[in-house]
Amino acid sequence: MSEEYNPKKLAAVKYRGGGFAPTHHRWVGLAVFIVLILMVELGTQTGFISNLTLPKPSDVLITFSELYNSGLLWLHLIPSLSRLAIGSIIGISLGVSVGIMIGLFSYVRAGLVPLVAALFPIPKIALLPLFVIWFGIDEASKYALIAFGTFTPTVVATYGAVDNVDRTLIRMGQSFGLSWFSIVRKIVFPGALAGILSGLRISIAIAIILLVAAEMLGAEYGIGAYILEAGSLYDLERLFAGVVILSVIGVLMSAFIGYFERKLLNWRV
Amino acid sequence: MDIQLSNICHSYGSVDVIKNISCTIKSGKIICIVGPSGCGKSTLLRFIGGLERPTSGEVLQLGAAPQDSLNPMTFVFQDFALLPWRTVGGNISLVLEDHGIRGPKANKIIDDVLSRTNLADFRNALPKQLSGGMKQRVAIARALAVNPAVMLLDEPLSALDSQTRELLIDDLVDLWTKKPFTAVYVTHNLEEAVRLGHSILVLSRRPGEIREVVTIDIPLKDREYGNVELEKQRKYLWEIMRNEAKAADLELINV
Repeated sequence: MSEEYNPKKLAAVKYRGGGFAPTHHRWVGLAVFIVLILMVELGTQTGFISNLTLPKPSDVLITFSELYNSGLLWLHLIPSLSRLAIGSIIGISLGVSVGIMIGLFSYVRAGLVPLVAALFPIPKIALLPLFVIWFGIDEASKYALIAFGTFTPTVVATYGAVDNVDRTLIRMGQSFGLSWFSIVRKIVFPGALAGILSGLRISIAIAIILLVAAEMLGAEYGIGAYILEAGSLYDLERLFAGVVILSVIGVLMSAFIGYFERKLLNWRV
Repeated sequence: MDIQLSNICHSYGSVDVIKNISCTIKSGKIICIVGPSGCGKSTLLRFIGGLERPTSGEVLQLGAAPQDSLNPMTFVFQDFALLPWRTVGGNISLVLEDHGIRGPKANKIIDDVLSRTNLADFRNALPKQLSGGMKQRVAIARALAVNPAVMLLDEPLSALDSQTRELLIDDLVDLWTKKPFTAVYVTHNLEEAVRLGHSILVLSRRPGEIREVVTIDIPLKDREYGNVELEKQRKYLWEIMRNEAKAADLELINV
């Protein structure tokens, strides 16, 4: 110690804890959106951002309200949402069941994990022509594309979650003579639910991406068709109106899953 | 119903962990198994409970389990093993549901075991709201709910602080005094062994063999904290175990 000990000198102990503990701040996310949009609005109004680079947010809003007033919004939105819902329900339910099977049975794991690893990196959009041949140009091929796209990430998230279920709880179930089915239903599935739900966030985002891809081929109505049409006409306002709708769907889905997480996983420490 | 272990041997690959263990677990008595870490005492318990199979030797059941016993061999685990997403009541109902016991019949059992373990006010609490001692009380209540013929306690108090441990020892003595049960109690804590064991099985270090069987004749309810006679027994047990524990401590773990 270089300094001399002086019992009269008082200094507070330096605080160095804190942080690394996420807390809930509801309005910050909204504020970020608003600030960004205001910046773009200001930039386009003053001419700092040319209107070929980005459309004015206020123009996008006007385009959106026209879309809403003309009734075209629902005409595009309803087929899109039903495709999204049907496709992802098929993909996610298959994915969860296959994921649980992989988690429970070593043979299924040995057989399917490499297959899933092989399917995962395939850009599903590239397979769209194939799906059109298999399922026709109508709705079925769109469902199939979205289902296929949500299937693989759901499988991976689910079997990871099943692997992480506390083995002592399963031993406990066995020691009380619970049937195999009871153990899966009452211990494995609830234990894996947290991991499955966080996997769903990714799956649903992928489903929205694929929705647009699917609607780019042979769809008269749908957000994807709307965006594609606007893009080919270089109508940036309409393009952005469509993109904003997709973003809103994404945010709503994420909020929906967040709600379920809080509701179903309130037992978490 | 008595349990008989005959010539239990177990090895993982070429490593012997348990060698030639034979003993009888008498109905209505608590038998404690103590030994240095890695001597296979928890493994032995899992053999008795049928969660694992020994390489050779048998665990035999003498006589039939009582008719009203839903799960004759019932474990209490060191880490409680409560489902965190179920309430205290739900955790107990879990082990009844598979026997088709639901509704008012289940409620009656749950109320009964919760009151026996002084948990009646906590029926709707989630495990995360409970202290370690309370969680283990819930696990004991759950074990009592299936009316076991033999309770298999695997270091049940080892995850608890010493004050809570003291309270739970009293609770267990109380439970046994009110209604004697058969139990195999695995621990590394000699204090627990002398307080709760009618007989104490001392295992050697790996491969675990029976070193000595110590019987203590003092009734459980007279074994208060700091009892001189018990202290003597505890010292004696430690004399036996000391060198074993020391040698076990220096071994490399390769199981």
